[in-house]
Amino acid sequence: MTPLQVAAYTATNAAGTGKAALLEALVERRSGLAPWRDGGLDTYTGQVAGLDTLRVAAPLADYDCRNHRLAQLGLDQDDFRTAVGRCAARYGAGRVAVVMATSTSGILETEAAYTHLEPDGALPADFHFETVHSMHALGEFVARTLDLHGPRFTISTACSSSAKVFASAARLIAAGIVDAAVVGGVDTLCHNTLYGFNALQLVSATPCRPCDGDRDGISIGEGAGFMLLTREPDNGPRLLGYGESSDAFHMSSPHPEGRGAKAAMTAALTRARLTPGEIDYINLHGTASVINDRIEDIAVAAVFGDTVPCSSTKGWTGHTLGAAGVTEAAIAALCLENDLVPGCLNTEAVDPTFAAKVNRGNERRPLRRALSNSLGFGGNNCSLIFGIGDG
Amino acid sequence: MVEVWLEGIGVWGPGMTGWPDCRARLAGEPGDGDYAPPPAAALSAQERRRSTATARLAAEVAAQACTAAHRAPADYATVFSCSAGDLANVDAICRTLARDPRLLSPTRFHNSVHNAPGGYWGIAGGCEQPSNSIAAGADSFAVGLLEAAVQCAVEAAPVMLVAYDLPGPVPWDIVCGIEAGFGIALALSAAAVTGAKRLTLRHGAAAAADVRLQDAALEKLRRGNPAARGLALLAALAAGNVHEVALAAGDNNLVIGISDDDGC
Repeated sequence: MTPLQVAAYTATNAAGTGKAALLEALVERRSGLAPWRDGGLDTYTGQVAGLDTLRVAAPLADYDCRNHRLAQLGLDQDDFRTAVGRCAARYGAGRVAVVMATSTSGILETEAAYTHLEPDGALPADFHFETVHSMHALGEFVARTLDLHGPRFTISTACSSSAKVFASAARLIAAGIVDAAVVGGVDTLCHNTLYGFNALQLVSATPCRPCDGDRDGISIGEGAGFMLLTREPDNGPRLLGYGESSDAFHMSSPHPEGRGAKAAMTAALTRARLTPGEIDYINLHGTASVINDRIEDIAVAAVFGDTVPCSSTKGWTGHTLGAAGVTEAAIAALCLENDLVPGCLNTEAVDPTFAAKVNRGNERRPLRRALSNSLGFGGNNCSLIFGIGDG
Repeated sequence: MVEVWLEGIGVWGPGMTGWPDCRARLAGEPGDGDYAPPPAAALSAQERRRSTATARLAAEVAAQACTAAHRAPADYATVFSCSAGDLANVDAICRTLARDPRLLSPTRFHNSVHNAPGGYWGIAGGCEQPSNSIAAGADSFAVGLLEAAVQCAVEAAPVMLVAYDLPGPVPWDIVCGIEAGFGIALALSAAAVTGAKRLTLRHGAAAAADVRLQDAALEKLRRGNPAARGLALLAALAAGNVHEVALAAGDNNLVIGISDDDGC
């Protein structure tokens, strides 16, 4: 594919609000995970501070909910809105697509509404489905906030959602439907995912320890990330390739040989016209689930052998689900810009059965290309490759 | 602009068990009937049992489109487009979470992801191709078609759009405005197929087209289900002499050109 320029990007999650704070947390190895106790659940989450008191203001007040508060907070960082405004002025607001991602949208507010249904069983009068919980509420909110009029939709393929936004946006640009695209993902904590993953026995009682031999589950996080993709080259990070696949195996367990993950990574390399040896860092999906980390290791080792440094950054952010793809795309871009290979945080000893080269400590070394994996529920996989300089 | 060839259609809705039924209705033949659960024979017995009515509707129309196109399910990358998601499952989950203790069933949870219908379909047909699951509110059909056609043309590979929505139980029956279940699948080819209609798509301003259907029951269905907005395209295909349809897609329209040019 023709590389696409990341003209602007930003990320907000438990580890930091905006790029500078996130980079600082990565360098200083400071986790955003904190204890979360509620009823029957004792775990750690990656919560973004201040969302309880933030409000989505008029004229989009009907969109007010935790997910859109985080979206708004995220969009306000790193001069992202200014960059989008410049892009819309140049190409026309109708020539900029908005491709967003979320796994649960505003279900938190629906969960709350169910605790005070009307006597006749109806939802409360102040409940707004279309603008709060509907899966596309996020895409609509972001398009309206940024005043963009290109095609817009919201992808929801669980944990691969906000990696797949890059593939869809790249195709819309390649087809000439638009000249640029704002991609992103936002997911916020809700009981559905906390208790749902807990029901699958996937939630750890401690901060998650990706790739550790003693890892015992995930920490759920919330996050927002956005990138502006254009065809105009500059000195910043570029999207070089994407690869998508399906496991066709099981709704909540990966293929035992990692077939889908391998196919996604290989497809991304093919699109980027790169060989495995040309990748300098792999940001793993690495949720710290016992099985998923093992299968991802099998797949990564099969494609890359044991020479490319890998790590999961979920020890900083938690698993931000529908925002994980773009969160880790932003982390990959930060790593490329700062020649940083972050080692897994909270991980005391890398699983001795792993074959890939998993980093535990941070390392500073020149980076030109990074691959990021997002492997989701329903066997839905997406890998992205970013480059910088002549990478 | 992108161009693709439409090589197979699947339909399920009130009184309609396939494209032949639907085409006859659109051509003016009388018909009625309520929404009946589809057989979804493409899913294994276990998948039918574990999946929800939404996933079974999606699997039904997707399988019909494959049959019509004479292709295996594993050949197609997929774009599943659904406006409201699985409201019956949302209802059950929120009722559980409103009680103490919050004992959510693992199956309920995995069925809650928007890509659950895509996951079941991939497992049933052994399809390892890319699969997307999207939503675009009331315009989910048109935007889904744009996404599927762009993928088909850019990747030069067969892609299937599966658009579907089901009404929810109380209290959702009055929240989402979805009146009856409906699903459409369109199997798209990047290369010309003999006898297939050629579709050209662009996103932009167009004169507001009158996409109302003459039959009052069909028009009610079209308005009462985002997937059924696709009936306007199906009506043009059934009529045979309509060469352009414009469907609302966000702030602009998806303008679909229809021609018999099969490239042969």
